[in-house]
Amino acid sequence: MCRIGAIKSFNYVHPSKALHLMQSQQKGHDNSGFAMVMHDLGGIFEAYKHLPTLSLACTDEGVKIAEDMLHAAGFQRVMQWVPETNPLPGLDINAMPNYVFQTYDYPKHYKKEDKKAKEDLLLDMRLKLRKALEKDDQGFVYSFWPDVVTLKEIGDPKDIGTYFNLWEPNNKFTAKVITAQCRQNTNYDIVRYAAHPFFMQGYTALANGENTFYLKNVEQQRKLHRGYIGFESDSQCFLYSLHYVHRQLGWPLAYYKHVITPLPFDEIGGRDDKDSLLAIRQSLAHLEINGPNTIIGVLPDNTLFTCCDAKKLRPVVVGRSADTVVISSEVCGINEILPDRDWETDVYPNERETVVIDNNLEVQRWKQ
Amino acid sequence: METVKVQDVTANDLPWVIRYDASRCTLCGSCVAACSFRAIEAKVERRRMVFSEGDFPEPKQRFSAVPVIRQVRNIKNYCRGCGICEKVCPNDAISPARNPDSRHPIITRCLAGDSIKRGGRKNLEAGTRTLDKLRVGRISQMTDPSLDAQRHTFDLLAPFGRIMPPGKLPFTVGEDGKLVQSGQAPPVRWIYPVIIGDMSIGALSWRMWEAVAMATAYLNEECGLPVRMCSGEGGVPVKLLKSKYLKYMILQIASGHFGWNRIAKTMPYMTEDPAGILIKIGQGAKPGDGGLLMAQKVAEHIQAIRGVPKADLLSPPNHQGLYSIEESVQKMFLSFNAAFKFRVPVAIKVAASATSVSVFNNLVRDPYNIVGGFFLDGIDGGTGAAHEVSLDHTGHPIVSKLRDCYLAAVSQGRQGQIPLWAAGGLGRTGDLAADAFKMIALGANGVFTGKLILQMAGCIGNEMGRCNACNTGLCPVGITTQEPQLAHRLDVDRAAQNIVNYFLAMDQEFKKLMAPIGNSSLPVGRSDALVAVDRAVAERLQIQYVC
Repeated sequence: MCRIGAIKSFNYVHPSKALHLMQSQQKGHDNSGFAMVMHDLGGIFEAYKHLPTLSLACTDEGVKIAEDMLHAAGFQRVMQWVPETNPLPGLDINAMPNYVFQTYDYPKHYKKEDKKAKEDLLLDMRLKLRKALEKDDQGFVYSFWPDVVTLKEIGDPKDIGTYFNLWEPNNKFTAKVITAQCRQNTNYDIVRYAAHPFFMQGYTALANGENTFYLKNVEQQRKLHRGYIGFESDSQCFLYSLHYVHRQLGWPLAYYKHVITPLPFDEIGGRDDKDSLLAIRQSLAHLEINGPNTIIGVLPDNTLFTCCDAKKLRPVVVGRSADTVVISSEVCGINEILPDRDWETDVYPNERETVVIDNNLEVQRWKQ
Repeated sequence: METVKVQDVTANDLPWVIRYDASRCTLCGSCVAACSFRAIEAKVERRRMVFSEGDFPEPKQRFSAVPVIRQVRNIKNYCRGCGICEKVCPNDAISPARNPDSRHPIITRCLAGDSIKRGGRKNLEAGTRTLDKLRVGRISQMTDPSLDAQRHTFDLLAPFGRIMPPGKLPFTVGEDGKLVQSGQAPPVRWIYPVIIGDMSIGALSWRMWEAVAMATAYLNEECGLPVRMCSGEGGVPVKLLKSKYLKYMILQIASGHFGWNRIAKTMPYMTEDPAGILIKIGQGAKPGDGGLLMAQKVAEHIQAIRGVPKADLLSPPNHQGLYSIEESVQKMFLSFNAAFKFRVPVAIKVAASATSVSVFNNLVRDPYNIVGGFFLDGIDGGTGAAHEVSLDHTGHPIVSKLRDCYLAAVSQGRQGQIPLWAAGGLGRTGDLAADAFKMIALGANGVFTGKLILQMAGCIGNEMGRCNACNTGLCPVGITTQEPQLAHRLDVDRAAQNIVNYFLAMDQEFKKLMAPIGNSSLPVGRSDALVAVDRAVAERLQIQYVC
């Protein structure tokens, strides 16, 4: 099993918190990787919230290819952060030569474009970069989006933390929302793209479980959007469905749960909104998921949420203090970073709930 | 010695020979009375008997006339192997035996100068069935758990009706953050994934049709299984049309339009909408042929329901005035959609063919969203009457064709928009749950079945030439006949009970198939759940080969 976790706080949080959150659950995963997505950035990125940051792991050649392509497209670099690495002997990490976090300004002719046009540009640029760097594994483009950075690596999460100096808190590299997962892929090849969390156009999703409707989801999603590619992991389907339902269809988040784990027909029949629920169930039948799953997601407005499969076959718990909410596969993770919280207020979501944490850190339990 | 010509028909020329043991026979006459084909008769034989009367053996012989049962030797009243004689014989004195030396296909054509007609299914066996080379092989173990067929709940329903792509749903987001329907969408009914296939009230005896209708109503009203029954082409009793049970019936219209006069006239008096309309273009058992109801079966009540005289009723091979698929879409579908004010889904049934994908593509791309189901019928489907050459030699197997249609939809991102329903020999081994489940994993939304329903009720026909006499109107078990004395052989209640029980058993078996793959909803198109033990099958269906 994977272990997944998320932290959302009023304050900027350093990734060491995420490492501690995951490290306490390390018996539950196989220590084969660490990945995280940070939204709502602080530190050195705080001044550039409106501009897209590229998160890239690559070879020397890869850096050049990516930079050339971005410049050719008219993007102008305004900031670069290269994490200091700590390549001690004996670390269990399968590191890439370069880790690049570069913030760009939009091409001049895009300055007056609306938000959607810019967002599509960023997506297309990321897809182009990914394609160009795929050859000979020159690099991996995890995200290219304002106010978001992504880090994914293969190896022991503890050593990955050491390698990137992430165990030492500082206020240069922080965010208000961090989602993290420890483990590479169970069922498919070990490749960097297969590590959750997955990110697309402001949406992040990560999961603990196995989506047994993977094939159905993939076959449908491939035709729904040009950005739905890769499918290195069955959990990518959760991200694409989230993106499709919330962004493409423009439906409220509450309907995500209705799409991936629709109510049984008997229950739909007794609802006032049965017409719309039935229409959703039949039109999006191929986005339904099955099998054991817990999903954590982040929306472009930094709303954090979690929900489970229809039979509640995977664990998740939500704990909170006055200024922080933590979601974790195991409660020991929350105990680690919020030891003084009132654990009686922990939420163990059920199979028909979406637990949503808004930007006021209000924890809402939505009944499906 | 009797004078015979070598061309005369003898028992050994016929597909079945009667095994008769005169020493066990009590001459009760039951077998002769029960044989609906008049294939056996009482006859007197001259028999020689050796006997001895004294204290010491003094063999003498005596000739006497003995009444016996003998097989009739002609191509009209020949034994079909139904075994009713054996069933009624109190002493096990008589039974039919399959004759491997039969010359029946030759002599029938030679003597009658006419093509052979029969009922049943294709009788050419070609090795193991494709479905039997598939296994549900992706079992949930450890990382994803199997479910519990008894404890967990499962959603076993399939759509019937045109399904809109999500982007075209008429939704707007209301002020309370809820989706509000702001326009009309085609009607969709969620029903049990096994439809009782289209068998008309002329092909079946009125008692059998009633038994099926009763079973359907019982499954719905008492068992909670929303099973639908298709009327077949041949009308529906007016009483049923006016009753609340109409909601469980899918009304069929085929090229003969038989029975629709009554249906149309009854429409103002209907208290419920029918479950759907099925426009039959073709049938898997006899593709390219229309329905065929022999005059023998056109009894008075059939004449009344269909509004016809007693004559052979041949539905034309295609719908009159139907020049193209587009025309069928626009005219037939629109008129039937409109007839029930767009409240009732309208689907199409076609025979599987090398061209099925083209036909399906035409329908799935139609911009009017009015085709509510694609019913695909394969060569192994059954029929009440067809030319034997059609039955055995024309048609297309269902498995790969269903898969082709599903994958065609997938390649366009249109899977599920027109529900796929498959048939044609499913349940042939008696295990419909397994066959249906495999078809669903290959992409079918559901299946429909006809012949198996008759077998549940007591039909003794099979694919090795047994009985197959549905066309004659002499069905020995009262299922495909309109002869009152034969029809009364069928116990309506028990036939209905058998059908109900079979569905209940099948429902459990569906769960026993879904639980190990960890699915609580039907795994439509989840071909990764299947493996094939045959490499060619695996390659053709795009599933994993295992050995």
